[in-house]
Amino acid sequence: MRRLLAALLLSLAAWPALAQLSIEITGAGAQRIPIAIAPFAGEAALRPGVSSIVRADLERSGLFRALELPPLVPQPSEASSVNYAEWKSRLADALVLGSVAVRADGRFEVRFRLYDVVKQSPIGGVAYTVSREQLRSTAHRIADYVYEKLTGEKGVFSTRIAYVVKRGARFELQVADADGANEQAMLVSNEPILSPAWAPNGKRIAYVSFQNKKPIVYVQDIEVAKQNVVANFKGSNSAPAWAPDGSRLAVVLSRDGNSQLYLINPDGSNLRRLTNSAGIDTEPNFSPDGQWIYFTSDRGGSPQIYRMPASGGEAQRVTFEGSYNVSPRISPDGRSLAFIMRNGGKFQAALLDLNTRQVQVLTDSELDESPSFAPNGRQILLATVIGGRGVLSAVSSDGRVKQRLTLSAGDVREPAWGPLAH
Amino acid sequence: MRIVWAVLAASILAACAGTQTDSQPPAAVEDRGAKPAAGAPGVQTAPIGSVDLTGRPAAATGAAALKDPNNILSKRSVFYEFDKYDVKDEYQPMVDAHAKYLRANAGTRMLIQGNTDERGSREYNIALGQRRAESVKRMLLLLGGREDQIEAVSLGEEKPRATGTGEEAWAQNRRSDMLYPGEY
Repeated sequence: MRRLLAALLLSLAAWPALAQLSIEITGAGAQRIPIAIAPFAGEAALRPGVSSIVRADLERSGLFRALELPPLVPQPSEASSVNYAEWKSRLADALVLGSVAVRADGRFEVRFRLYDVVKQSPIGGVAYTVSREQLRSTAHRIADYVYEKLTGEKGVFSTRIAYVVKRGARFELQVADADGANEQAMLVSNEPILSPAWAPNGKRIAYVSFQNKKPIVYVQDIEVAKQNVVANFKGSNSAPAWAPDGSRLAVVLSRDGNSQLYLINPDGSNLRRLTNSAGIDTEPNFSPDGQWIYFTSDRGGSPQIYRMPASGGEAQRVTFEGSYNVSPRISPDGRSLAFIMRNGGKFQAALLDLNTRQVQVLTDSELDESPSFAPNGRQILLATVIGGRGVLSAVSSDGRVKQRLTLSAGDVREPAWGPLAH
Repeated sequence: MRIVWAVLAASILAACAGTQTDSQPPAAVEDRGAKPAAGAPGVQTAPIGSVDLTGRPAAATGAAALKDPNNILSKRSVFYEFDKYDVKDEYQPMVDAHAKYLRANAGTRMLIQGNTDERGSREYNIALGQRRAESVKRMLLLLGGREDQIEAVSLGEEKPRATGTGEEAWAQNRRSDMLYPGEY
């Protein structure tokens, strides 16, 4: 019983804030790389250990299967010589060994090496000198390193996500690590908050708040709790989207009647009208090269996705199937478009290949909203409703791996995946 | 004050939502943003409401009419079909009466809040709610209201009057409300 309690306390310690997001994986890739991540020498006193965070990150990606390991005596580190045959017999394709040591100045030295067990050769390794507070982010960087070396793509374990929590009548704009840890409230309000959008440098967030009884667009530094008004015109102000160079935002204003697209600088200057249609134009999203703005419009009689040059000009229709296609988000490589389609009575996340025009429905849920690409394009974070409760869901862009991120109390919605750390 | 609103809301719903009255507990009216007049928080008033329109004439088209359940001015809501924003003919007399009120009370202002049901994109719903509010505003302008008297804004799906799921709740939330100072 005491052991059970101790285990429970340990697991609580691993998730310091009880209110934070917890993550449940509900699918897995067809081929996962079997990887052995040995406990790092010297990390036993740390809760959680560096290796356990690396392991959780890689497993969550759906591309890795972390092997269960027996107690290893003596405990190996990156300085040990590697018995490849032994790791091969454990069916590992890759191996991570490492160590954590306290330095005289109280800081920590974290070292690791990654090995290719099949080729029987070391791949590489890194040594970090960090404070205690940086141990978790160091673990994410190790996971990013392993992920990139073994898959050829950037890892996103060091990124952050933003989302809105509704707790009773209270709305909170939260920023957290991609694994749900280190949740930090940017804004708490009794009025709705929506559409958080990360500046390309990851240092600022634009969002819409109703705190003055109507939708107004604000920009806020992540580190400073000061709001700056970007757009507060007559009528509604909403749907901020950053240009890839961060120099301006596309916003939706109704100051001249219907909701239309405008460009505005982050300080609220240099307002220019972009669309001039008789209908609704909203949900702008810049292509990664900054050349195009994708948006939702009902100019053809039903909400569909269109695109237009970011400098202004003629719009072209992008979606044709179905009577309700909204919330366009272009993938980081510019090749596909995530959006929400009405499918029967269900609102589901889908992916359109912009070359082949093929549409793939990504989920089997009913009320999907707000898709947001991971910066490596591998996953799409979205809001959905399960059991009457707002939850976040992450689905791999091939639709195979699904994760659910839930909060113990409250509705979670409006996710936005931040950029790669600079 | 809250009790006044409950009575008022019941009559609005009875008039505009037909059979949905029973399903809508009065407490949900708080979602409209109605709040007690300044200086009188929590004080129970007689069931004749008052809006702070100090110095404004209070004749047949006066402030009291806004809260008189027998007066068409006490009705404030226009309801819509899914993804639609056209104002149906049945609401014409009500909008007409409010246009008259705005003309007679040149100093007063109106905020029109457009709302949608919870389905679909939140941002598209902001735009749709805006379009609903604009459609009411345009009617009021045609009938003699002034541009500087009326602001149309959208609450999208963010402030539902009915919090349930299903057509009955959704129908109540696809709505524009015409509100006067002190009511939002």
